[in-house]
Amino acid sequence: MPTSSVSSPAAIEARGWGWRHASRLRPAIEHLDLRIHAGERVLLLGPSGAGKSTLLHALAGVHGGDDEGEEYGELAVDGVAPSAARGRAGLVLQDPDSQVILARVGDDVAFGCENLGVPRDEIWHRVRAALAEVGLGLPLDHPSSALSGGQKQRLALAGAIAMRPGLLLLDEPTANLDPDGVREVRDAVGRVLDRTRATLVVVEHRVDVWLDLVDRVVVLGHDGRLLADGAPREVLAEQRQVLLDAGVWVPGVPVPGSAAADAVGRASEVGAAGSADRISLEPALTTRGLAIGRRANAVVQRGLDLGIAAGASTVVTGPNGVGKSTLALTLGGLLRPLEGHVEASRVLAAGLRREPIAWRSRELLTRIGTVFQEPEHQFVASTVAGELSVGLRALRLEEPAITARVDELLQRLRLDHLARANPFTLSGGEKRRLSVAAVLATRPSVLILDEPTFGQDRLTWIELTALLRGLVDDGLALVSVTHDAAFIAELGDERIALAPSTSREFA
Amino acid sequence: MSAETLPAVLDAPRLRFVDRVNPVSRLAAAMLLTTPLLLTVDWVSAATALVIQLVLFALAGVTPSTLLRRAWPILIAAPVAGVSMLLYGQPSGEEYWSFWLARITDGSIELAIAVTVRVLAIGLPAVLLFMHVDPTELADGLAQVWHLPSRFVLGALAGARLVGLFIEDWQAMSLSRRARGIGDHGALRRFATMAFALLVLAIRRGSKLATAMEARGFGSEVPRTWARESRVGWPDLVLILLAVTIAVVSIAAAVWAGTFHAVWS
Repeated sequence: MPTSSVSSPAAIEARGWGWRHASRLRPAIEHLDLRIHAGERVLLLGPSGAGKSTLLHALAGVHGGDDEGEEYGELAVDGVAPSAARGRAGLVLQDPDSQVILARVGDDVAFGCENLGVPRDEIWHRVRAALAEVGLGLPLDHPSSALSGGQKQRLALAGAIAMRPGLLLLDEPTANLDPDGVREVRDAVGRVLDRTRATLVVVEHRVDVWLDLVDRVVVLGHDGRLLADGAPREVLAEQRQVLLDAGVWVPGVPVPGSAAADAVGRASEVGAAGSADRISLEPALTTRGLAIGRRANAVVQRGLDLGIAAGASTVVTGPNGVGKSTLALTLGGLLRPLEGHVEASRVLAAGLRREPIAWRSRELLTRIGTVFQEPEHQFVASTVAGELSVGLRALRLEEPAITARVDELLQRLRLDHLARANPFTLSGGEKRRLSVAAVLATRPSVLILDEPTFGQDRLTWIELTALLRGLVDDGLALVSVTHDAAFIAELGDERIALAPSTSREFA
Repeated sequence: MSAETLPAVLDAPRLRFVDRVNPVSRLAAAMLLTTPLLLTVDWVSAATALVIQLVLFALAGVTPSTLLRRAWPILIAAPVAGVSMLLYGQPSGEEYWSFWLARITDGSIELAIAVTVRVLAIGLPAVLLFMHVDPTELADGLAQVWHLPSRFVLGALAGARLVGLFIEDWQAMSLSRRARGIGDHGALRRFATMAFALLVLAIRRGSKLATAMEARGFGSEVPRTWARESRVGWPDLVLILLAVTIAVVSIAAAVWAGTFHAVWS
């Protein structure tokens, strides 16, 4: 066991390497020839499905045996197979929740050291050092479930570096984080690398986050082949169009505003007409003295007096845990107000009682649609086409009308080639498009979105914002909970900034 | 949201002596104490055990209010079990009241008392001994003291942590069904779609967790070390001896009083 606090950086070599998952016909990645020198810092880019995660998992030695897939060619970390070099690589994954292993912060960081057979005294020494390095100044017995997303990712990073790896592998470590969390994680990685000089391979769509930290960019193509390799600025300049087509957020390339609206067949002048109408309309939803919370004894905000304008896009912002999602669910008629009222305009209620929570599930469909943060939470059918027809069937429309509307949505959101696929098997961007389309199917007057652009690549982002802008210009009242600065710039007609409530009550 | 998932063990009151005993020894003590009590259905053995237990727990620092807050399910279950015995237990001796199948007799009254006291005598030590048990410490004990396979014990420990996430998934899915227009009726079908979605999410989260654990060297050939030492010492021995003594004394008391009534006879 190395006793010095730094282990030597690891070198990587792939020769004709490839991997096919046992459940797939085609390899996720093929014929890869790549050499990464010890201490290099590499940003790995490419479209989804290019096998970037597959490569990282293989380098971490977690691909398992023959029952999980088939391996071709050679892949070596310091000249040996990664599975034989356990502990040489530390891996941090995308989802903060699924990689917390133990209930207490200290134990979680110690876990990897225990598995490597590090002596007990040495373990706790390393745990304290790792936590300090990632900036988690918490007691060792702090519950790991009480951490924010950014803290959880730094905890995972601490767990990895406590193993003293020579190679740090990061698989979209900041995709699910808010801007503060992104900064925390990026800075922690920077500190770790400056001290340990470890080799880094990071996969991420948001290039600007990592650009200053890496000294090399590698681009994989759709079939997993090497497209470009070189110094960051040069690769980004030379491969700009390839990267943009792959959905990569290339720094310095503005998102098309009205141009994107044209792309989905809308004229930008419609926006002006829409905004003129907006002023004359009464708010679609109004709240008075509203208190919100998931449970009666857990109020997160109170005394909210808000108006949601029809024909305008409202963004809800604020730090984590401030109750943004809870507000969205309450406005959507899904959670009961703990105090005060949510009231629909007379036009929106259309003959029903004014409080959306009093409406029946079927009556919500044409009035208020809610798109959940996790698309999988709202999927109820076994095919994409079935998913789009759920609301239409609940409205008891005629079969031809349902088919026509489903076909229209499939085309508009480029899901037609997937009509028979199971929603759970789609990619992240496809799931997001489907979850929005399924709610739009019944033409609600109010649309509520929870973090619609979280973890999305640039292409999905552009499509989504253009579609939403068009709908708002046609009179939709849109409410989006978001942390995304570009989204706010594009769709922040009205803004609601929630601040932590001083009268916050804990259960 | 996550602050609510703090383990309930944190706010439990500290106990003298018991807190110094390894969780696995507490498990052993609870089994040694309660198993003999399952062999007989008489009131003397149960009452003897219960009285000794109450005295010992009081000495360890269990106050009446702690008892009420922690053991209320047992305190409710015991008389409920007793009442059903009172009405439907094996009738014998004088009959005081009857209605259809229900008969209250000398025999059923005795049985009712015996069952009520027995549920308390078995339930209270189970609840009070485990009031503070932290799952991580229990897992450490199971793997280090009892030498159960560490792969299995740690896998179960990490997996159990996902339950909190599944509860959040389930709540979000229930709300989404209302939003999708299928919340009015067809509860059974709705439940089926949610159960399927939860299964998919559970498998996905589980495999991600497995990957994260494997990436930290879990399941490798290297012999594992333990950051937290799980030890047993004289307090463990004392608790186990106490448990055995209570069991022996209460059974002996029943035999001496002539009330011992084996469940198999």
